[in-house]
Amino acid sequence: MSNTKDMDVKKEESMVLQKNMLANLFSELSNAKESGKKVVYTFVPGNLSELIHAFDMLPVYPEINALQSGMRKKSRDFIREAEKVGHSEDVCTYVKCDVGMMMKGNIGPTGEKLPEPDLLLLSYTGCFTFMKWFENLERLYPGVPVAMLHTPYQEAGKITPEMTEYMVKQFKTEIIPKMEKVSGKKLDDDKLKQILNNSLQAEDLIQKIFESTRNVPTPIDAYFAGVYYIGPINAGFRGTSEAINYYQTLYDEVMDRVDKGLGPVTPIGEMEEERFRLVVEGPPNWTSFREFWSLFYEKGAVTVASTYTKVGGVYDYGFRHDPEHPFETLSEYCMNCYTNLNLPQRVDLIRKCITEYQADGFLTNSIKSCNSFSAGQLLMMRNLEDELGVPVGFIESDLVDPRYFSYSNIKNRLDSFFQMLDQRKMILA
Amino acid sequence: MKKLHETIEKAADLAFDMHFTAAKEWKSAQPDRVLIGHLPIYFPKEIIHAVNGLAVSIFGTGDRMQIIKGDAYYQSYICHLPRGVIELALNDNLDGFDGFIFPSICDVIRNLSGMFKMLEKGKFVKYMDFPQNFRSEVGGNFYRSEMEHVLSEIKKINGVSLNIERLNEAIVLFNKNRRLINEIYDIRQETPWKLTISDFYQIIRGGMVVPVQQHNEMLEIVCEELQHNIGEPMDKIKVVVSGAFCEQPPVGLLKTIEAAGCYVIDDDFTLGARWLEADVEENTSDPIGALVDAYLKHSTFSSAVYDVGNPKGERLVALARKRKADGIVFAAPSFCDPAMLDRPLMQMVCEREGLRYIDFQYHENIGQFKVIKEQVGAFSDSIKLWDDTLVA
Ligand code: SF4
Ligand code: SF4
Repeated sequence: MSNTKDMDVKKEESMVLQKNMLANLFSELSNAKESGKKVVYTFVPGNLSELIHAFDMLPVYPEINALQSGMRKKSRDFIREAEKVGHSEDVCTYVKCDVGMMMKGNIGPTGEKLPEPDLLLLSYTGCFTFMKWFENLERLYPGVPVAMLHTPYQEAGKITPEMTEYMVKQFKTEIIPKMEKVSGKKLDDDKLKQILNNSLQAEDLIQKIFESTRNVPTPIDAYFAGVYYIGPINAGFRGTSEAINYYQTLYDEVMDRVDKGLGPVTPIGEMEEERFRLVVEGPPNWTSFREFWSLFYEKGAVTVASTYTKVGGVYDYGFRHDPEHPFETLSEYCMNCYTNLNLPQRVDLIRKCITEYQADGFLTNSIKSCNSFSAGQLLMMRNLEDELGVPVGFIESDLVDPRYFSYSNIKNRLDSFFQMLDQRKMILA
Repeated sequence: MKKLHETIEKAADLAFDMHFTAAKEWKSAQPDRVLIGHLPIYFPKEIIHAVNGLAVSIFGTGDRMQIIKGDAYYQSYICHLPRGVIELALNDNLDGFDGFIFPSICDVIRNLSGMFKMLEKGKFVKYMDFPQNFRSEVGGNFYRSEMEHVLSEIKKINGVSLNIERLNEAIVLFNKNRRLINEIYDIRQETPWKLTISDFYQIIRGGMVVPVQQHNEMLEIVCEELQHNIGEPMDKIKVVVSGAFCEQPPVGLLKTIEAAGCYVIDDDFTLGARWLEADVEENTSDPIGALVDAYLKHSTFSSAVYDVGNPKGERLVALARKRKADGIVFAAPSFCDPAMLDRPLMQMVCEREGLRYIDFQYHENIGQFKVIKEQVGAFSDSIKLWDDTLVA
């Protein structure tokens, strides 16, 4: 285990803001029945936050509940619960964690019971498991309407007019009518426009925050801290003025660090010497998140870009929600999420990050139960290594199943990876 | 009998020819012919047939090839099928194929399409996104555009445009193909001892790598031969196998199931060949529209399709009842997410409906069947001991 002594880290204003935003959301959720607000269960990649706000509904994200359960060390029991009713050991542990949580009373991350859904909004992208997940949820909540939005995959590395047309038609014939029916409200075009306008402002800001890693030292860690930064934009706040406020505050803090030449803040302490700059592919492990982070911190390794922070939207190539074309822009947003990109596109994006953010190495955290990310990663690594001559590292873990986080294996592999990076630095020096 | 044996032998050779010799010979007979490989489950082969092409089903390497290179491309926790497919691609077994189609079924197949792109295999690689929306003006239009995309790729290769007449001809041939296959399933439902499941499996799989006319001829021989009173009924239960729709169980496993006391009277092994549960409309002025319509209205149930409104568990039980099966064998490839994620829901329905089942996992090159044999044997015995309605 890490022998790093924990230090008190001063909470930045943005952290407090985020905490309050989430606390308010969960409190609204626990009062949903009294307030009459309708509750939508939905997913992060390809989420339709803007529409949920336009209809004054409240979102619940099963994936976020699962990751929170992982961080709070509750996932092991939930997963076991799901396995008891026949779920295989090998499938996505997010699904099992969520199913197990529901079987155990659906108590959310704040300890309060989550309200039952009024609508299952299956707008998923980049992973088949989401579809299966909702088939399970549908059986757990019989009679709750399901609105399904099928996002075509960017198989040819582009979005064709036919793909957009398919999605727009689904909005018009499936998604909007069901949301109108459940909420009892007609879609207000002006309101949606305003929300989309808010989205694009938050998107501009978050992209600028992630681009701050161009600086040496980088003021942020784009993987470990990055997962916190994407919280509001992915977890239901995209499209709100609160999100703009949060990202503006965070951006100011980051710029302040740049001005002062400071490295990232971590839960273990401030990163003093930046020794290795990494780009990381794949989701993190949540059950031992802090130990995982400390393995990097202790070696002065910092992440300048990560693909995981792009699952809820890729803003690197300039995509922003366009208030003038609401359905087209929502479609494009869904199709642009990271795991909806084909493998060559994923490699291009990583290549861009490695070169633009001057990374010393590329690391893959391969998640045992997530085929969407993991299948093909070895070829991606090989390709980037050959093409850029950048050292590549490979570790394996799982999202929320603690049985698959082996601290010593990961540490050994990381140590050799960092040694390799050290040697390369010496050769290049 | 002789004809039947010859057909089975021929089909087995075709099914497991990892060089796809017959398909390549077919292609080389004419310069504008194209060879398109497609992965499981379903692909509308009619459209390829109509533009001078042959759509060959690629099921991986099974237990017929040692995987050396393929393993280096996949983590241990990913199913076996893509390793074999990559091995075939890297070993040049797929040379001569003009294009590859990866039907949307799971993230592994989806990402494999990207790997083929990165490895620059074929003149085109297409991940074919089958619609999850079943309205004709929504999902139907999208599906049409997906098929048109494939056709445009083929035209770039051989210059052949789609012609309505030829597509209508193809539809007739494939309708006949499905009818013949279904006829054999029907015969086997009543008299499964006439043709073992392993032989039947090879007859279907072997036909999926040659022109449909050739397959139809084989199937006609089989149907004819099955009219005779062949084989001896045995004391076995009847089962439906579910979950083996992509990575295929090795023939040894099928033999094991039968040897352990089960007649497999329905299954999802080569599901693509029977995907459509009704004929595609013949001789229309819009045969692509007919294929779209058939997909939207007559698709079978599958892990690849979102099932709200028509749940697969219920459909599986209905199939078992129709076939008068005694139980279900859930056999899924290890690490196959779609099959595994479906299993608890389907089993729940079986329990509710009082239909017995067992489950196990396999991989396509599994060599030891002892444990499975014992498990299936115990299942079969338990049904035989407690149920009166037996096959013989
Ligand atoms: S398989 Fe991966 S992308 Fe899909 S739901 Fe699970 S964790 Fe998310
Ligand atoms: S066996 Fe299952 S997981 Fe593997 S490629 Fe086929 S459908 Fe996907």
